[in-house]
Amino acid sequence: MDIKKLMSVALVAAAASAFSVSAKAADISGAGATFPYPIYAKWADAYKKETNNGLNYQSIGSGGGIKQIKAKTVTFGATDAPLKAEELNESGLVQFPMVMGGIVPVINLDGVKAGEVVIDGATLAKIFLGEIKVWNDAALVKLNPKVKLPSTAIAVVHRSDGSGTSFNFTNYLSKVSADWKSKVGENASVEWPTGLGAKGNEGVAATVAQTKGAIGYVEYAYAKQNNLTNTDMVNKDGKTVAPKMASFQAAAANADWSVPGYYQILTEQPGAESWPITAATFILMYKQPADKAASDEALKFFDWAFTKGDKMASELDYIPMPAKVVALIKKTWAADIK
Amino acid sequence: MTDFVVQDRALAKAKERAKALSAFRLGDLVFKNITLSAAVTVLVILGGVILSLIRGSIPAFHAMGFEFLTSQSWNPVTDKFGALPAIYGTVVTSLLAIVVAVPLGLGVAVFLTELCPMWARRPIGIAIELLAGIPSIIYGIWGLFIFAPFLQEYVQPAIIEFFAPIPFLSSVFAGPAYGIGTFTAGIILAIMILPFITSISRDVFSTVPPVLKEAAYGIGCTTWEVVRKVVIPYTRVGVVGGVMLGLGRALGETMAVTFIIGNAHKISGSLLAPGTTISATIANEFTEAVGDIYTSSLIALGLLLFLITFVVLAFARLMLMRLDQKGGKP
Repeated sequence: MDIKKLMSVALVAAAASAFSVSAKAADISGAGATFPYPIYAKWADAYKKETNNGLNYQSIGSGGGIKQIKAKTVTFGATDAPLKAEELNESGLVQFPMVMGGIVPVINLDGVKAGEVVIDGATLAKIFLGEIKVWNDAALVKLNPKVKLPSTAIAVVHRSDGSGTSFNFTNYLSKVSADWKSKVGENASVEWPTGLGAKGNEGVAATVAQTKGAIGYVEYAYAKQNNLTNTDMVNKDGKTVAPKMASFQAAAANADWSVPGYYQILTEQPGAESWPITAATFILMYKQPADKAASDEALKFFDWAFTKGDKMASELDYIPMPAKVVALIKKTWAADIK
Repeated sequence: MTDFVVQDRALAKAKERAKALSAFRLGDLVFKNITLSAAVTVLVILGGVILSLIRGSIPAFHAMGFEFLTSQSWNPVTDKFGALPAIYGTVVTSLLAIVVAVPLGLGVAVFLTELCPMWARRPIGIAIELLAGIPSIIYGIWGLFIFAPFLQEYVQPAIIEFFAPIPFLSSVFAGPAYGIGTFTAGIILAIMILPFITSISRDVFSTVPPVLKEAAYGIGCTTWEVVRKVVIPYTRVGVVGGVMLGLGRALGETMAVTFIIGNAHKISGSLLAPGTTISATIANEFTEAVGDIYTSSLIALGLLLFLITFVVLAFARLMLMRLDQKGGKP
């Protein structure tokens, strides 16, 4: 039947596109988080032009990245949800941050433009708990006295797949709402009390864009590229901030990276300028890699990215790691990766 | 001397015949074994799939026990998983699809075989078969970007308002209108299985001997009566087969449903609310499932889908057998 033929053609096409990148054995191989995929792809492209060494990065999600590195099928794994120091030691892994970015709430309301609506953490948690159901709820009206909010029902949009973005978002909600912490908790995927699930950052972006009255959360670049209406947020210091490079950087500046395994989550950082839902993305590698040469090649790439990649990162609205953190990371490489 | 030659010749002939016959026998034996091994391969693959599904789902059943089938909670934080919302979503979306697609599909098939002018039959038939050729991801994207916003804006508010004063139905069609949800997924599935039901029904309708129909028309039956009393009873088995094929596709459909069902692990009284299906859950969560129990729960869901499909097909066979007994031979 025709469908079968079509399906097999589609399968072959999918397989071809999946394997075409990995065909060259010499490439550095990595897998994991989708959040930093745009910048890793850009770095890999520039690195290939400069050194003729390719990078094969499969953006299969943070959980997938952790699985793959533990199965030793890749040279490095990438995750937005850092592993705790004990888990790193147990599996003989080294972890370090690579780049940072912001997660922003996005909404779809007729006549409301980006940055017009302000939300604080407690209200955001109540919306995602399903306790605030309409846009003209008293809590929202109080935060936005100047905006004419409609009586439209709120459609909560969350990730249906496990994701580092969800991990950081639920981590933030747990920090600002005791209710959220006890009822839902923080994880790459949780039992969402309400709302629609969509796959990937791009799925959430599309669903919010198509659904009237929707609210969702995406990595900043996705909000920008899809022209979504983002909200401003009230941060830990009680100040209203807009999502932009400066506010992401302010949040990152206050972080203390001198902890084992660089286990640092950047949500709800202090500082008048800090964007409350900022996140770092991490690389996982073996202390004693089975393939020493491949591991060295990967480190060379990361070294190159730290040295020359900052401008490219900024162009895509990622925040490069500060110089003193990079110095720390290089020390870790020298000391731990044999 | 001559006798001897004749005998010799006859012997040679017999030998030749025996040789040819044994060659035939050998050919037959080889052919039989090749086809046998083809059949066995299918059985081995099927058995392997079932075995690996069962093996993979043991940790989940071990951890949750029977609760896996009855619990509504799907919580990766506490590693507690329940399959009920996914089972419910799978069954409800498929039933919805059948309820919409069967009358529509049969209507098209009857029109094409009985009423449609000759010149229009081929174009309409081809158009419907083309629906079957559209990859499911296209249905998903179309559903998310065009169909769901359309439903949210124009159709669902009207449905909610219409059913609001009617008890029971008001909760089946309760708001808010998201556009995305179980209802939308059912409609998209109906469109996807429509070509199966239509083309199979059309094919079996055209096997009805003209003499039967002409006789019915001859005694003054209307077209409706001919279809109801002659065509449908004669082709019952084929039509039910087409419906089952459609149901089979609806139960397992993944990509299109994932886009538009809302992926919420919840059983809602309202058809307009978001839900999930077994295959959508697996597609969404498998790559990111961390931990043995999570992964195993997803494999167990796969096993359940296998069982549901098997039960549906078995039930369909049973129904057909009973219909046959009741109605006699078609």
